[in-house]
Amino acid sequence: MASFWHGYAWPTVITVVEVLAVVVPLLIAVAYLTYAERKVLAFSQLRKGPNVVGPFGLLQPFADGLKLLIKETIVPSGANRVVFIFAPIVTFTLSLVAWAVIPFNPGVVIADINVGILYLFAISSLGVYGIILAGWASNSRYAFLGALRSAAQMVSYEVAIGFVLVTVLICVGSLNLSDIVKAQRHIWFAVPLLPMFVIFFISGLAETNRAPFDVVEGETELVAGYFVEYSAMAFALFYLGEYANMILMSAMTSVLFLGGWLAPFGIPPFTWVPGPIWFLLKIAFVLFCFLWVRATFPRFRYDQLMRLGWKVFLPFSLVWLVLTAGVLTAAGWLPAR
Amino acid sequence: MAFSARGARGLLLGELLSGLALTLRYMFKGAVTVNYPHEKGPLSSRFRGEHALRRYPNGEERCIACKLCEAICPALAITIEAEPREDGSRRTTRYDIDMTKCIYCGYCQEACPVDAIVEGPNFEFATETREELFFDKQKLLDNGDRWEAEIAKNLALDAPYR
Repeated sequence: MASFWHGYAWPTVITVVEVLAVVVPLLIAVAYLTYAERKVLAFSQLRKGPNVVGPFGLLQPFADGLKLLIKETIVPSGANRVVFIFAPIVTFTLSLVAWAVIPFNPGVVIADINVGILYLFAISSLGVYGIILAGWASNSRYAFLGALRSAAQMVSYEVAIGFVLVTVLICVGSLNLSDIVKAQRHIWFAVPLLPMFVIFFISGLAETNRAPFDVVEGETELVAGYFVEYSAMAFALFYLGEYANMILMSAMTSVLFLGGWLAPFGIPPFTWVPGPIWFLLKIAFVLFCFLWVRATFPRFRYDQLMRLGWKVFLPFSLVWLVLTAGVLTAAGWLPAR
Repeated sequence: MAFSARGARGLLLGELLSGLALTLRYMFKGAVTVNYPHEKGPLSSRFRGEHALRRYPNGEERCIACKLCEAICPALAITIEAEPREDGSRRTTRYDIDMTKCIYCGYCQEACPVDAIVEGPNFEFATETREELFFDKQKLLDNGDRWEAEIAKNLALDAPYR
């Protein structure tokens, strides 16, 4: 009995508590990300944004969430019911599962696995399934076209992201995300690998289907793309998943290029602030850039998007990867094994 | 040379960054929108809003039932019936404006020789039913009593120009 308690039950309880400690703040962050998005867009368009529900409209996300909760989930008669319901669950679950390997401070991570980067890469590749299943199960032409676009787009940009990740990996010599952060003690990778950082950020926009690469949703062409037929909570799950993916992409950017929990320059006035706070600040900054880009640029045409992915980012990141590897080898800076 | 300069600018995302800088500048400009029910935009003294029938300061109604407004109304929104009052003065017994027909052209107030029918500054008179927009004489007189201060001020402001 005692061994059952210590060997099995207690670790389970701890894991559940850890998961809740990440997921609950994450969902609140998602709610306020929608609010922040509306506010940032409003300010850049000389408007006020939501300001009626609660002080400065701060309760708006909860009003929206409540509205979606009490509405009816409509399943189209031509839809494949099981897959139709399954798709948003997949999208939402995958966007949460990836957080298991994100380190918030030295040792503060749910699963400190040595293949963290591969895990993240695998999860973000799986993300496309939720969208494809949704598009196919809806039995609607708009949803199907959106799903087709999304499949092609996410696959294309994952190639570029893959090369960027490899570039970071040869600088670190480890797939463990905590080690990647620790390797940036002296200088954040955003500085020596600036072009890769930019490519990663732009590919991240494409990967999360954000403006200016939101051709998957493309309101003006596809109504709303793969989730046209969704309503109420099923729609909300897609929405939550999309925004959780944005936060995840920002967290990945922070970990890979902006030094994760490390304070800038590593000198006293900055090191007084605890690591997790720095991490959250960096995530918030990258998220602001996501919204800032959305406020600035018009949507790419689909062929332009593909051209950028395959003809610009792919060769560019490949060349930069070879260049980085060459410099590291020539200067003898390759990380010790 | 020009080609390479343009190429460098493209490679360094020059256009994109200047676009981002522009949006960032706009973010600090402050909203130009008006928080409508709580704040309101300025109204001209010639604003043509909800109609009102005015009275003289002693409480006597101004309208003398000349029917010029009824005659000039291009939308045929005004209906007037009149007969002499007990004291022999000519007054309306019925003065209806169908606000669903009215086009707010302001001809009625231009035609009125005694400044009786005017279009006041009120534009917030939306109703839930169509019937509430068929204004009768009592409603118009009540409007006049309610808005007299603003109407008189607007007429005084506009007087030098007519």
